[in-house]
Amino acid sequence: MTTEFHNLQELRHSASLVTKVFIQRDYSEGIVCRFLTKFPSELDNRIERSLFDETVKTLNSYYVEAEKIGGQSYLEGCLACCTAYIVFLCMETRYEKVLKKISGYIQEQNEKVYAPRGLLLTDPIERGMRVLEISVFEDQGSVSSSPSSGMSLAGGSAR
Amino acid sequence: MSAVMITRKVRKWEKLPGKNTFCCDGRVMMARQKGVFYLTMFLIIGTCSLFFAFECPYLAVHLSPAIPVFAALLFLFVMAMLLRTSFSDPGVLPRALPEEASFIEMEIEAANVNVPAGQRPPPRIRNVQINNQIVKLKYCYTCKIFRPPRASHCSICDNCVDRFDHHCPWVGNCVGKRNYRYFYLFTMSLSLLTIYIFTFDIVHVLLVCFFTLWSVVGLTGFHTYLISLNQTTNEDIKGSWSGKNRVQNPYSHKNIIKNCCEVLCGPTYPSVLDRRGLMLEDISPSVTPAAPSSSNPTPQTTKTTAPLIPNEHTPDDTHKSIAASAEESPSPREERSPVSKVPPLASPETDAETSLAKDKAH
Repeated sequence: MTTEFHNLQELRHSASLVTKVFIQRDYSEGIVCRFLTKFPSELDNRIERSLFDETVKTLNSYYVEAEKIGGQSYLEGCLACCTAYIVFLCMETRYEKVLKKISGYIQEQNEKVYAPRGLLLTDPIERGMRVLEISVFEDQGSVSSSPSSGMSLAGGSAR
Repeated sequence: MSAVMITRKVRKWEKLPGKNTFCCDGRVMMARQKGVFYLTMFLIIGTCSLFFAFECPYLAVHLSPAIPVFAALLFLFVMAMLLRTSFSDPGVLPRALPEEASFIEMEIEAANVNVPAGQRPPPRIRNVQINNQIVKLKYCYTCKIFRPPRASHCSICDNCVDRFDHHCPWVGNCVGKRNYRYFYLFTMSLSLLTIYIFTFDIVHVLLVCFFTLWSVVGLTGFHTYLISLNQTTNEDIKGSWSGKNRVQNPYSHKNIIKNCCEVLCGPTYPSVLDRRGLMLEDISPSVTPAAPSSSNPTPQTTKTTAPLIPNEHTPDDTHKSIAASAEESPSPREERSPVSKVPPLASPETDAETSLAKDKAH
């Protein structure tokens, strides 16, 4: 793989989408948000299994942290209840904080790991926490010379 | 030739499918029908306004100003919970985008490859194992997704809602994962508020007619107790049938229903007084008031200090006199009269006897 995308915008607007792979939810441990670590066949020659595994496992651990029921969540819940939940107008919930962290992590992974390989992760929150969407782009030889139709991803910002 | 795309920035809520209505530029999300929700608001605000206007001044002055203050806080909490339940996203699952929908379709097709031609394909169900139990995930044809466990499609809002509880017209929204706790706190705080208002209304009424209520209700309760045990107040006060060493109440049927029936629905007994019966009265002038005297020879004149109260006699005396007159001969009556205890009050019998005796003496 020799394609080098300098940023994700380039990826979105210069490459053509081949397919999208959807990593489904893993319900084996209940309704907690968790994604299957089964390696999809479409990514066989695009990315190393270990990298993919690490991404999914890290995401899963973030979700576990967000949905953890313990001292902090009780405190937050009781405090919020006592103030009739008005405190949420000025305070960020723990889940929201973790979601920000996840968003940052996905951005970082895309830049470092996936974009160089012509892949793009979509934050599950944008898909209703149902699936982890991985867009697979054409494996192109060069970046700038391709006058391909810039097929923007669904939900991409318009200019 | 490239097509010129004129685009504008829109908020995502404007493009959401489903039958929700949005307010405040997407901050508020409700169902389409809001009529019953307005009714809920009216009922709660109306009742509480009446309470604050009419009851609270009295309660603040006569009991404590903390009472209306707490009621106000509770009312605010109820309203906050109601609005939070009604205005928030219940946990709507966004519909699958075309790529995801076709991906799922392909998976279903692949799974149905074994179905022979002509036969109906099996319903779209995906089995997952949760905590060693098989749970079937149904496919939603509207949203084109396999619903997560405990999710359901609300036909009123036309959305799949995660951990769907129900669609509540009173709050004008679905109740699902994200707003269930607000819904529960709303119902619980509203119950407390209702009970609180009701209690203080009763307290107000109670303070105004406290003693009447206490006496009447207390008394009724006490007599209900007596009836059920077939006891009289007198027996209860004296403790006639209570205590280990005493005899058990022989009049009780040992059955509350039977006791009640006897007391309340037993036969109506007639009066034995015959108050309106007619009788002869001796009105001769020589009749002088009789005097209580155990010694016979004492002349009647010395006894004129006794007041004359005709027709008045004690039951004991009457009883004895009647019995005596009914059963025995005249002679024992004469002997008996000086011996028997004669009350200070004059009695016709004794009057008659003494007058007879006096006549005979004369």
